[in-house]
Amino acid sequence: MSAPAVQIESVSVRFGDWLALDGIDFALPAGAFMTIVGPNGAGKTTLLRCILGLTEPTSGRARVFEKPPLDCPAGWIGYVPQVKTLDRSFPAKAVELVATGMLGRWPARLSRAEREAAMEALEHVGMAALADRTIAKLSGGELQRVYLARALARRPRLITLDEPAAGLDVAGEADMYDVLEKYQARTGATIVMITHDWDASHHHSSHVLVMVRHQVAFGPPEEALKEDILGQAFGHGGHRHRF
Amino acid sequence: MIEALSMPFMQRALIAGALVAILASYYGVFVVQRGMSFMGDGLAHAAFGGVALALLIGCEHYLVVALPFTVAVALGIHWVQQRTRISGDTAIGIFFATSMALGIIFLSLKRNYTADAFSILFGDILAIRPGDLVLAGMAVVASLGTLPLWGRWAYASFDRELARADRLRVARDDYILAVFLAVTVVIAVKIVGVVLIAALLVIPPATARLLARTFLAMTLISVGLGLVSIVIGMAAAWRFDVPPGPAIILVQSAVFFMTALAPRR
Repeated sequence: MSAPAVQIESVSVRFGDWLALDGIDFALPAGAFMTIVGPNGAGKTTLLRCILGLTEPTSGRARVFEKPPLDCPAGWIGYVPQVKTLDRSFPAKAVELVATGMLGRWPARLSRAEREAAMEALEHVGMAALADRTIAKLSGGELQRVYLARALARRPRLITLDEPAAGLDVAGEADMYDVLEKYQARTGATIVMITHDWDASHHHSSHVLVMVRHQVAFGPPEEALKEDILGQAFGHGGHRHRF
Repeated sequence: MIEALSMPFMQRALIAGALVAILASYYGVFVVQRGMSFMGDGLAHAAFGGVALALLIGCEHYLVVALPFTVAVALGIHWVQQRTRISGDTAIGIFFATSMALGIIFLSLKRNYTADAFSILFGDILAIRPGDLVLAGMAVVASLGTLPLWGRWAYASFDRELARADRLRVARDDYILAVFLAVTVVIAVKIVGVVLIAALLVIPPATARLLARTFLAMTLISVGLGLVSIVIGMAAAWRFDVPPGPAIILVQSAVFFMTALAPRR
């Protein structure tokens, strides 16, 4: 059996008096598509930050491909942050933002090869035509696709996404899952995604983590998304719906 | 102005102004894009404390004291920001007030301090000495050595967390940026004084931000505007017999407002 792509061992995170994560523990096999679901304030983003190495667990440990996350080469992990955190006042073109994912720095000028690689990534998400548009003039959905292109540009082994469907319409969301699943089929990459959409979680993921700061359930969607489990997590009957 | 340029003190003033304009408008793009415009004011007031200390102990070359003092404050601000949950502007405000209070006490302990205080607060570009030029030149040369950091500073200015996720050593890079900002501010004290330094760091980059579509363009336009405003400001100061520092700042402000009022593309 191959080593897990992501191993979270009894991870707790405390910010002062606030226990943001409490004993999260799971092992995600390579090639899996995991969605993380839970109500607002459940610690989903904190967990993702532990996987990225941006937040140090107070206790327990996170491993990505058997390494501390920050010891993984930068190209191994792709990251799609929440678009709402983006500084739109920054003077930048879409193609430059994609290039940061390949170069690990802000590009002064793109070489021909760098531009071609960035354009190819934009092509995959249907954004090549807007490559030279400034990010201030892109819609939320368009930006989300650019971020996705950015994450995929360096062909990562693990892709992490924080609510990537926010700002996308139904067609855009379907396109995003299509891009991710094709990439996964082509490369065998592992995907970890935070979502509020239980239906999408049910249809697209191989594993689901349900959490409310502590771990409520981890397993295949047909087990983890049972109504009683969702009821525990969300504090009501657990009827499936989209937020 | 051509006639004025035959005078050595004017030549020194123009060269010093150009060197400081390059430094301030270059580092200013990171200051503006990170929403840290208050940092310029904070470091300027730290420089005030440093210069006042140099005057108190009778140090002829005030930079010898003011430079380490201001660098220490810049590093202190970043240290507090990274070690505590205090926001950047609060950390700057604490160091700002402390340095200013120290500066006032240092000056008050010295007899006949009024002229010195006036010079620190409002600058005196016409009193630039050859040693000041050498220091400003060294700072520009050292800054050329940091050009490989431009892409890293720019990335962290765009999104600090994304840069960290890409394994950039953002905290270390921030300390280096803080040191160069402090050096720029201390050198600029002589030219525009403590009160107006922040303008040199903020106005050219803010104007460039209105004109640029990429961060590289913003950087180049900012440096260009900084240089041009020094030349026009000094010419205006000579022509109308007003202090050069404020004249330079007013030229920069005029360009900013004209740009802001121009029709958007």
